[in-house]
Amino acid sequence: MAKNELDEFEVDITRCMHCGACVGSCPVNAIYLNEVVLEFNDNCNMCKRCIKVCPVGAIKLAGGR
Amino acid sequence: MPEYDVVIVGAGPAGSMTAKWAAKSGAKVLMIEKRQEIGSPVRCGEGVSRSWLDSVGIKLDAKSVAWQVKGAKIIAPNGTAFRLSEKMAGNEVGLVLDRVFFDKLLARDAVKAGADLVLKTSAIGLLKSGNKVTGVKVKSFGETKDIKCGCVVGADGYESQVGRWADINTSLAPRDITSCFQYRLTNIQIDYDYCEFILGAKAPGGYIWIFPKNQDTANVGLGIQLTKLKDPAEVKKYLDKYIQSDPRLKKGKALEMVSGAVSICAPIDKTIGDGILLVGDSARQIDPITGGGIANSCKAAKVAGEVLGKATKERDFSERSLQRYEKGWRDILENGLYRNWMAKEKLVTLSDDTLNKVIATLNEVGVEKMSAYAILKAIEKKHPDLVKDFQEFL
Repeated sequence: MAKNELDEFEVDITRCMHCGACVGSCPVNAIYLNEVVLEFNDNCNMCKRCIKVCPVGAIKLAGGR
Repeated sequence: MPEYDVVIVGAGPAGSMTAKWAAKSGAKVLMIEKRQEIGSPVRCGEGVSRSWLDSVGIKLDAKSVAWQVKGAKIIAPNGTAFRLSEKMAGNEVGLVLDRVFFDKLLARDAVKAGADLVLKTSAIGLLKSGNKVTGVKVKSFGETKDIKCGCVVGADGYESQVGRWADINTSLAPRDITSCFQYRLTNIQIDYDYCEFILGAKAPGGYIWIFPKNQDTANVGLGIQLTKLKDPAEVKKYLDKYIQSDPRLKKGKALEMVSGAVSICAPIDKTIGDGILLVGDSARQIDPITGGGIANSCKAAKVAGEVLGKATKERDFSERSLQRYEKGWRDILENGLYRNWMAKEKLVTLSDDTLNKVIATLNEVGVEKMSAYAILKAIEKKHPDLVKDFQEFL
């Protein structure tokens, strides 16, 4: 799975706890937790559930949108 | 010739218990763990009861148990507590584990039973022949390898990939997801003889837990139903706000931060396929009321291990053969999971006012057992109006 295949999201690595809450909640398996790095792929349908489920607010839309 | 009969992905309680029982039953087992240490970092509130441990063959050592409590307090939004003794309190009360040691203990049991174990090894895909799973592709300490086996076991937790790769539907509706955050908080003044469950709008669609780890330290966390979240990072904010509002916790400092999500869903339709089975959180076997997963995982894992032993002897890891696991774990867990899911669907709709009345009523009438059903029945006796929405459940 290529890293940053999708440019839509930014992960704040100073917040991310590598807990996998976003991975397990993703309805289309667009996120992969590679040890401590979240990788998004183009399965993503932009439902943004990952942003909402993240307990610490580590996932944002890219460019502060 | 496959190297192993069974390859288990994930060395948490579900994985280790499956490994142990499969190895004991004669299977050649490999368990892989992506992390560099089993049991760490902890992603758990660590509260369990004692009642189920014997039935799955777990003998705890001193280090695995951080603390023992006398019971639970269910706390209404207005602060009124309803106390339950350990015996009545159900699956999540009695012991507060130290998962760093507990998970290693279970992994040791698996190894003693004959299982192989490697760390820093992630599953990155499944090997298939048609729809049949024939092995797993792993990245092990920098090297990519294919491992052939009779059956792959997905014990890879909430974020399970194995099930998805095998086209087993483990997807969750937003109302069946709870987002959680927890501190190990020290320098606090708590009633360390009780685990606390605090209900109401302070944790919408979930609850706040305080599980003591010693006299002045506890796991203090909360879970909120995904459908009740609006803004990013809200879960942590809810917990920070609660801690500041509770004079017992206000001066506390965090020794550890834990985040994660748990499923609070009805049992999923299918947890097996040709050459594949799922167990534990990856099979969505978590109790939808408490969010507790360890007991259920271990119970299902014992069934899985024994079935895999039989399948090994018969050289048959087909879906039909593994159907014995599907039936076996459902015989033990399915009714309870379904009932608790229905109860959860109702409980999340109750207002703080109603919850206050419910706790007050429980204090008046008492309850013999901490099950959703027993509680509703107890309330019905005194205040049928409070439980009229639960009629189908009763």
